[in-house]
Amino acid sequence: MKVLAAMSGGVDSAVAAARAVDAGHDVVGVHLALSRMPGTLRTGSRGCCTIEDSMDAQRAANLIGIPYYVWDFSERFKLDVVDDFVAEYSAGRTPNPCMRCNEKIKFAALLEKAIDLGFDAVCTGHYARLERSTGGALELHRASDEAKDQSYVLGVLTAEQLAHSMFPLGDTPSKAVVRAEAAARGLSVAAKPDSHDICFIPDGDTRGWLAERVGAENGAILDREGRVIGDHDGAHAFTVGQRRGLRLGVPADDGKPRFVLEVRPKTNEVVVGPKEALAIAQIAGHRFSWAGRPLDEPTHWFDCDVQIRAHADPVPARARVQDGRDGTEFVVVPTEPLDGVAPGQTAVVYLGTRVLGQFTIDRTVSAVPVGAASTAVGS
Amino acid sequence: MAIYLDHSATTPLRPEAAAAWLEAAATTGNSSSIHSHGQGARRALEDARETIAGTLGVDGIEVLFVSGGTEAINLAIKGLYWARNATAERPVIVTSRGEHHATLDAVEWLSEHEGADVVWLRLTDDGSVDADNLSETLARHDGRVALVTVLAANNEVGTVQPLGPLARATTDAGVPLHLDAVAAYGHVSVDLGAVRASVGAVGPVGPVAVSVSAHKVGGPQGIGALALHRSATVEPLLHGGGQQRRLRSGTQDIASAVAFAAAARVASGDRMTEGARLASMRDRLVHGVLEAVPDATVNGAPLESRDGPTRLPGNAHFSFPGCQGDSVLFLLDMAGISVSTGSACQAGVPEPSHVLLAMGRPEEVARSAVRVTLGHTTTEDDVDAFLRVIPDVIRSARRAGLSERDVAIR
Repeated sequence: MKVLAAMSGGVDSAVAAARAVDAGHDVVGVHLALSRMPGTLRTGSRGCCTIEDSMDAQRAANLIGIPYYVWDFSERFKLDVVDDFVAEYSAGRTPNPCMRCNEKIKFAALLEKAIDLGFDAVCTGHYARLERSTGGALELHRASDEAKDQSYVLGVLTAEQLAHSMFPLGDTPSKAVVRAEAAARGLSVAAKPDSHDICFIPDGDTRGWLAERVGAENGAILDREGRVIGDHDGAHAFTVGQRRGLRLGVPADDGKPRFVLEVRPKTNEVVVGPKEALAIAQIAGHRFSWAGRPLDEPTHWFDCDVQIRAHADPVPARARVQDGRDGTEFVVVPTEPLDGVAPGQTAVVYLGTRVLGQFTIDRTVSAVPVGAASTAVGS
Repeated sequence: MAIYLDHSATTPLRPEAAAAWLEAAATTGNSSSIHSHGQGARRALEDARETIAGTLGVDGIEVLFVSGGTEAINLAIKGLYWARNATAERPVIVTSRGEHHATLDAVEWLSEHEGADVVWLRLTDDGSVDADNLSETLARHDGRVALVTVLAANNEVGTVQPLGPLARATTDAGVPLHLDAVAAYGHVSVDLGAVRASVGAVGPVGPVAVSVSAHKVGGPQGIGALALHRSATVEPLLHGGGQQRRLRSGTQDIASAVAFAAAARVASGDRMTEGARLASMRDRLVHGVLEAVPDATVNGAPLESRDGPTRLPGNAHFSFPGCQGDSVLFLLDMAGISVSTGSACQAGVPEPSHVLLAMGRPEEVARSAVRVTLGHTTTEDDVDAFLRVIPDVIRSARRAGLSERDVAIR
């Protein structure tokens, strides 16, 4: 196969490219330029947009012995990922830009361009496995190393995208093995630090970065009953479940710490309450997709696991597709209430190790309701 | 099997240059030493200098060896700027936006750090500077101009600038002119002495400086030259041992200079016959492309030009509507053929051709630009191979080029 290896300049994508070569594919390395104004060198943790990363990717491609190019997706990235991230936060939601990048850039704009230019597949350094079911359908599964598993951020991929994807690191027992393999292959990126932060916020200061773009205005902090109990410098700086930075002078009646329960960007209000009030008994969303083959009868309740953050533990749940207030929605009822669910987050639904699909959470039902039992958040 | 059609980026080392380099490199001696070893080295170096001087119509003493085109251009622009401002206030630098980045970045640096006032000349539709526009500009800034710097031939679109009218305008205005001849050298006449004589330039006015680079004519990478008329003064960029009239300190790279001279000798000796050979192959390539891709446009001066600017004989420069230049480059590379797009930034991100933007072309045209340049190793077979693959390449690039559409794979 003619394979495009997306190379970030990190160790994972470099080893993935090398393994694709070993597997006998005709591999070309491509580094995605995601910023028009890349930083020169790494500062602190690793981003995806520095010249050093581009040079590291090129060096790795040279050492592996494959051609290497830089493709410019900076305009698409700004529109589909960065602007979207700002807009979601402005609307009081908590988006995951890496998922958005996978959905819109790596496995969409890049994959599409690759296919148009004659490639059969895009190969990345994600830790996830592709398997054929007994019926022959392609399935996305968790990586062998559950600690490194990245199937969550790939949950947005559809059957057609999966058919053109390749994840050579999925069977690796651990990241240490990948680093050792990189060193054995003579790749200079073997000891390069992992990236953790959002790549387009190089110093990791998401709050400060957002404040510059969303604009920060003082607003009120309310309790669940609607009483003003404090003020803040801008609602965008808060996410559901957050405890730090509230600076509430008045203690709660029960003396317990309070957490952000809801962010209301339109009125610039932040609602806080006790930890118990974070408990969510049901989540639902209209924007959903199947990772590969859909269930035969998705409107019937079925048992699954649900994961709501990249590094959260999966929680046993029951789920189904149903007709909601605003159309067809995916609804999940966890067996135990979920903590810290923020609208805008992605819920990925698993059947064992298999990724069944995902949806963006746009409705939650509190486990301990005050007043209305169901709150349409972010509206 | 790989076909190289990017001779303007660099052209293969000529065997004469390689042989000269090896011989000189095997000889011991610092050209500044007084003993016999030094004298032998000096002899070889000055032979090389005179050869280069001969190709540029100047005396040996007027040739400074430098590390390449970029250093030559920086020394000419910054050096003339500082020297011209030592005794009087002359903040104006006159240039065009279609210049090479060595010029653009040098004048922008002078603007940011030294208070230079950069005045941009209009670039005509074919990529040349208009002498009347230059005269008007010089009149408007009379007495305040430090220097004029323009390309003798554009490295991207290949337009050859008629030098006579520019020499005339700068001589009449009494200001020095620097010619960036990195792309022109070896392909068209860049005879500083002849041009000066033709306009009666006396003293440090009119064309006084010419920048050239060895690896564009089949010499080694890492050496170039600035021809600086003996009446003109520049402030040096490098200070040290005082070599080369104190204008460019540093032990001189004799082997590279000798190899440069060997390449320049061959290139200028063959110039007319090789120019005709390249132009004929280039014309065939252009016509073949236009036949296969009827909506492609050729940028720069027309192939046949009686009066007005001509183009470098080995240069073909296209815009392919609906294509990204980098997709075309990629597909050709996969087919074993090397060409280039405009320029890439430091991180390797392809950028729209600033030359086409300066010529008034819209951004999508500038992004769809592809430069094909022929040189001394190019054969008719290379042109055939290019013409064989171009229809498929453009078809694929066009499919991929519509990248702003909604993504179909979901």
